[in-house]
Amino acid sequence: MDDWKDFKRVFLTLASPGSFWLLVFFIIPMAFLFVLSFSSKAIVNGETSTTAYDYFNTFGNYIASAGTSYLVLLWRAIWTSAVATFVCLVLAYPLALAVCFAAPKWRPILLLLLILPFWINLLIRTYALYSIFRSTGVVNQAMGLIGLGPYEMLNNTSAVIMGLVYVYLPFMVLPLYSTIEKLDRSYLEASLDLGASQARTFWSVTWPLTLPGVITGIILVYIPCLGTFLTSDILGGPNNWTIGNAIQNQFLEANNWPFGAALSFILLYATFIALVIRALIAGRSKGVDA
Amino acid sequence: MNAALKSGQGPLEYARRPWIIILFGLVLVFLYAPIASLIVFSFNVDKSGVWHGFTVMNYVKSWHNDAIFQALTNSITIAILSTVFSTIFGAMTALTLWRFRFPFKNIYEGFVALPIVVPEICMGISLAMFFNYTGMMAGVRDWIWPFNLINIIFAHIAFCFPFVAVVVRARLQGFNRQLEEASKDLGATELQTFTNVLVPFMVPSLVAGGLLAFTLSLDDFVITLFSSGPGSVTFPVKIYGMVKRGVDMQINAASTVLIAITLAATLIAMKLQSPSKSGH
Repeated sequence: MDDWKDFKRVFLTLASPGSFWLLVFFIIPMAFLFVLSFSSKAIVNGETSTTAYDYFNTFGNYIASAGTSYLVLLWRAIWTSAVATFVCLVLAYPLALAVCFAAPKWRPILLLLLILPFWINLLIRTYALYSIFRSTGVVNQAMGLIGLGPYEMLNNTSAVIMGLVYVYLPFMVLPLYSTIEKLDRSYLEASLDLGASQARTFWSVTWPLTLPGVITGIILVYIPCLGTFLTSDILGGPNNWTIGNAIQNQFLEANNWPFGAALSFILLYATFIALVIRALIAGRSKGVDA
Repeated sequence: MNAALKSGQGPLEYARRPWIIILFGLVLVFLYAPIASLIVFSFNVDKSGVWHGFTVMNYVKSWHNDAIFQALTNSITIAILSTVFSTIFGAMTALTLWRFRFPFKNIYEGFVALPIVVPEICMGISLAMFFNYTGMMAGVRDWIWPFNLINIIFAHIAFCFPFVAVVVRARLQGFNRQLEEASKDLGATELQTFTNVLVPFMVPSLVAGGLLAFTLSLDDFVITLFSSGPGSVTFPVKIYGMVKRGVDMQINAASTVLIAITLAATLIAMKLQSPSKSGH
């Protein structure tokens, strides 16, 4: 690696576009959002202004977000994401294992089949789920043929969890695949040769060695789930809103931006806490790099 | 794969366990049935959800539906422009991080990765406020197409280029710097070395990163919703509005077209970066 002082012109040329963009279109807006979360709408001539704010004058937005109705939304985001992440892990692990241990010529095709939906637009996939599970959708029609239903399968928490699993499953498969693929199989063979059962081998050898991939997968799925907004909106309906929907509502409908800003920072802190937990666990486990 | 294991006999042949095969099949049905149904019903004559006959009218109608057509054109234009810029910025950032030692490098790296982890909705509203506050939201509204999309493009570059930087940096990690020295020893200038040695080595990651940026941009709904002023609608934003008003087979038709475009782009890019051309 070169010291930047030896090649100042090259360094500055290479570093400026990205740094400029990051500063202007990410850091400054986020800083502004941070300031706004401690602000309130200004009172101009005795009326609440819609465009002017008194900056840094209140903690009221954070206190208001601690109200029960918003804590419920945050809590719902935390636990629906946790369930969805768990289901993804349980489904993705055996699938990733199967892909890694399949005949080499099949591996790329099987992997591609699992991750191809990732390239399809999120909204289109959610809409596709919505249209087959709605009360007049294909699933209810099929059940109607054998005399069941129609059931209301949308607008509940399970629908949101199903939608999240549907959308984020590829995010779990990829890191698991890349860790399991790098796993040295002679460890597994040694364990089996020495008389351990398949289950024992899995829990004592495979699982601990692939833990870094598991953790990466959990983070890749959990974080976008936490901020979800589309899935809970389309598949869950108003009774299953999470904090993401509340933020959107404050900005597009209720028009209380300082409060929406405080809610977003609460979501952001929840995200960072998840990342810190990941770093702590990853620091302690010694397995194959994800 | 270990040559010692004969196919179908080893205790490690997890891919042949019946329960795993069944699970695999069920997951594939779960993943593909909704999309297949969406495509099939785009050819249905009505929107009842029951098959009433084949037609291509939904495609004709959505092609002539100016709002859908314009939203699709906007989306593709935004995706192409933001891919070009985020690939360039991302590659330059990756080169900076790979080649130089500089003060506060760890913090800088953290900031570059931040747009990847920050929830989309937080980034979206912060940009919405930024554009409103600086007057850019109202300012570009009446500009000639495609310049009226410039806020969305700026926002997309901001969240796409860090992904490109990560992909390119991972590739650069495997570069043998002795090749650079060899090139310079043989009389090439700094710039010649860069264009003839380093850039060809980076190409697969530029393709992969660019493709990732293209898909992320085409896919993005949340950030676009907030950074677009009234009038500049992208395809996902348009579909969202239509879904809110109920199921309509024109959505299916337009979605099928978009799926075809994305999958074609993905498969082409995968071909381009197949191992035989990765330059190892």
